[in-house]
Amino acid sequence: MEFSISPATGLPIYQQLMEQICASIARGRLRPDERLPSVRELSELLVVNPNTVARAYTELEREGVLYTRPGLGVFVRRAGPPLSKKLRRERLMKPVDQVLVDAVQVGFTAAEIVEFIEERMKQYQWNQVSAPTK
Amino acid sequence: MGDAIVIEGLTKHYGERCVVDSVNLRIPAGCVYGFLGRNGAGKSTLIKMLLGMVQPDAGQATLLGENTRELTPAMRGRIAYLAEGHPLYRWMSVGEAVRFSRAFHSNWHDRFVDGILDHFSISSKAKIGRLSNGQRAQVSLALALAPDPELLILDDPTLGLDTVVRRDFLESMIHLIQRSGRTILFSSHILGDVERVADRIGILANGVLRVDCPTEHFKMALRRVVLEFVGAVPEFPHCQGLVSQRQHGGKLELVVVGYGDEHAALAESLGAESVEVLEMNLEDAFIAYTRGPTRPLPSFEREMMPC
Repeated sequence: MEFSISPATGLPIYQQLMEQICASIARGRLRPDERLPSVRELSELLVVNPNTVARAYTELEREGVLYTRPGLGVFVRRAGPPLSKKLRRERLMKPVDQVLVDAVQVGFTAAEIVEFIEERMKQYQWNQVSAPTK
Repeated sequence: MGDAIVIEGLTKHYGERCVVDSVNLRIPAGCVYGFLGRNGAGKSTLIKMLLGMVQPDAGQATLLGENTRELTPAMRGRIAYLAEGHPLYRWMSVGEAVRFSRAFHSNWHDRFVDGILDHFSISSKAKIGRLSNGQRAQVSLALALAPDPELLILDDPTLGLDTVVRRDFLESMIHLIQRSGRTILFSSHILGDVERVADRIGILANGVLRVDCPTEHFKMALRRVVLEFVGAVPEFPHCQGLVSQRQHGGKLELVVVGYGDEHAALAESLGAESVEVLEMNLEDAFIAYTRGPTRPLPSFEREMMPC
């Protein structure tokens, strides 16, 4: 697990951390029920205020991505996404459209885009079945 | 927890010039407060007034509940101050500097000093005058920490240090923050450093405290807004939150605090062809906020949020 933070972006540090933790989970570098570094460890590693790390963990816990086992630490939650399939679709469509607009603008064919996406998909840890709908 | 630092209307003039202009500020105990400002913004003068080294023309302040005009030696023992540039007697050896400082304190932890000197491989026999700037900064940090202070006031502690030494120094600060309960006020103009370690930031511009908010709020609230026009570029009307505006090409570039519906409505009424709202990093935000303004800067909303 490699986290890095950069003050040179518009995103606050705790949000950079949240994004990177989610990316690590999606890529399978962080497994369900795996323990994350303690607030103290990560704060020393990244040289950031421990409150900032704690904030990222708390927000992700609120979003259902992580859970705390008192005295043991913070872990990756196993459960599937709690959102309905419709909501999940909606959330994805905007960035997908954005990529497709870019793709047309810089002059790729539809076949090339499919090829790119298939290539990138190999880097991620996929669910074997679609998450149950609420 | 109460407030470690309370500043009420502190003001200082040097001749005609007002260097610190009725500053009000509360820093809760346990908070790491990053104090930003350009050179000459009044940071050092404000800090010196807190320590009773400069007498204010008006206003007052308390540190750990005691008025700064009459700090007792016992109270001074609970407060550490790192002066700008880490002044130490150059003719002393490191060991002599440690013994010299120890004599002023009833509470002194040799293991703090030894730990830091050991970590940075600084020999107690070394002459202060022969140390690099970075080593001198570490020695003065070690001396400041040895009395195990509740409140640390650091005046631009990383000034003049190279990137690696600065990172080492920040690491020492993080270790310190982890030993909870301590309040730290430090000034800097390296924004990336402040963002890493500070819970809250304050920005002093021409002696006036313009910003006092949680670090991430500042970054999140400031936006660069680019309006594109087909014909002549109009002037944006003065409104709540407008920091600056600048014309170039057929575009009007705004810096806005808390960009919202009313700004969007104004942009539309001016006939803007397109409106792009962009995030700003801390450095850009700081520059936008402190570069010579042509009109009064809007003051940031003061939120009294616990750190």
